[in-house]
Amino acid sequence: MSYFELMGFGPKGWGWPMLMAAGMTVAVASCGFLAGSVIGSLIAWAKLSRSIVARVFGDGYTTVLRGIPDLLVIYLFYFGGSALLSGIGQLFGGSGGFIGVPAFAVGALAIGVISAAYQAEVFRGAYTALARGELEAARSVGMHTMLMFRRIVAPQVLRYAIPGLGNVWQLALKESALISVTGLVELLRQSQIGSGSTYKPFYFYLTAALLYLVITTVSTWGFQRAEDYSMRGLRRA
Amino acid sequence: MDLAFMAETFVKLLEGVPLTLKLAFSSVALGAVFAMLLALMRMSGVGPLDWCARAYVFVFRGTPLLVQVFLIYYGLGQFRPTLQELGVWWFFREPYWCALTALTLNTAAYASEIIRGGLQAVPHGQVEAARACGMSRATLFRRIVFPIAVRQALPGYGNEVVLMVKATSLASIITMMEVTGIAHKLISQTFRAVEIFICAGAIYLILNFLVTRAIMALEWWLSPHLRGAPEPRARLEPAHV
Repeated sequence: MSYFELMGFGPKGWGWPMLMAAGMTVAVASCGFLAGSVIGSLIAWAKLSRSIVARVFGDGYTTVLRGIPDLLVIYLFYFGGSALLSGIGQLFGGSGGFIGVPAFAVGALAIGVISAAYQAEVFRGAYTALARGELEAARSVGMHTMLMFRRIVAPQVLRYAIPGLGNVWQLALKESALISVTGLVELLRQSQIGSGSTYKPFYFYLTAALLYLVITTVSTWGFQRAEDYSMRGLRRA
Repeated sequence: MDLAFMAETFVKLLEGVPLTLKLAFSSVALGAVFAMLLALMRMSGVGPLDWCARAYVFVFRGTPLLVQVFLIYYGLGQFRPTLQELGVWWFFREPYWCALTALTLNTAAYASEIIRGGLQAVPHGQVEAARACGMSRATLFRRIVFPIAVRQALPGYGNEVVLMVKATSLASIITMMEVTGIAHKLISQTFRAVEIFICAGAIYLILNFLVTRAIMALEWWLSPHLRGAPEPRARLEPAHV
């Protein structure tokens, strides 16, 4: 069977499963990235706070999660989550057998926790790029913290953060390939399944690589568009 | 928390450290040579060389490392008869060589961009001054451009080395028993994910701490001009008695 027949959309072709799996990759990476934005902004807040406890916690979080392999974090969530669920199951009179955790949730959470560490640094950097005078001006017209955050801080931090967030998104996308170890049928896992049943591993991994390239190219373009849009009101030197 | 169990786990995991370090350092060293070549290709001004380097960097930075590992380790198995004929099958049969190849090719792509940034950041005046002194291109590169570029690229390169130490964990998926591989084996035997995670995480944090310290020391050693003049030593003379 030729490459194009194998990867086509015919009755024996693997085109649709591979495309569906690519969609799953995008879905799990996006959910993880969004979770990471929420956790990441909280961590950035902790790192910028005046409380020393919060600062130490924030610094510890970013140092640890950027210093250990992503695969370990995924194992922790996958096996740790299963152990926790099995324990709860036993508590409610279950047989005490192994209860698997939903792979999608674990994957998205693991990506979220890891990418939060990177996003926290991006948000912190963007916050320090804000002009101090604008914050002072906002305070001097009597804005309280929440209003100032909504009207002055958040829009500008987001604008400065877009290029950095683009990089973190690419990382999240590539991390999602590691989620295949939990059995979630995303692009890499689907390629493993396909090569297992056709003995054509090279074709499948090559297709996976091409699809990843398409996703990264499209998202690079998307982030560039977003950056241009966010900078439209800015005078450039 | 069972401290005795954790101590035992820690010792077991330490057995994986030599392999982790071997993979990390060999791939970084080989990758640096390859990256230098790619950076020079990008800056050569020769169209085809430039495009090849660009395409290489695009492909290797745009796909996950795990896909590259699988493509080399499992994917090339599809062409086993051909590879056997060529006499290179012994190489692609071994997970160690496949992991090392994938890591090297991957880090070369990222590092070539770091090196290119360093090379481009060499002040033009320095190059002009060297030319005015009559240096040949080779001497200019060896004495002026390369040392300045290395100094500028070093902080970025430090990050890349840390990323490579972390990336060696992927070798565990193709059966290599480095730190993560041993951790995975222990977790699936005991189901005590948290304790084992803490031990393995601590090992990686220590390794990466040492790597960043070493890079910082190297940076300090390479930039004596930023350190300021050493304090003149106070001359103590005995009082006349």
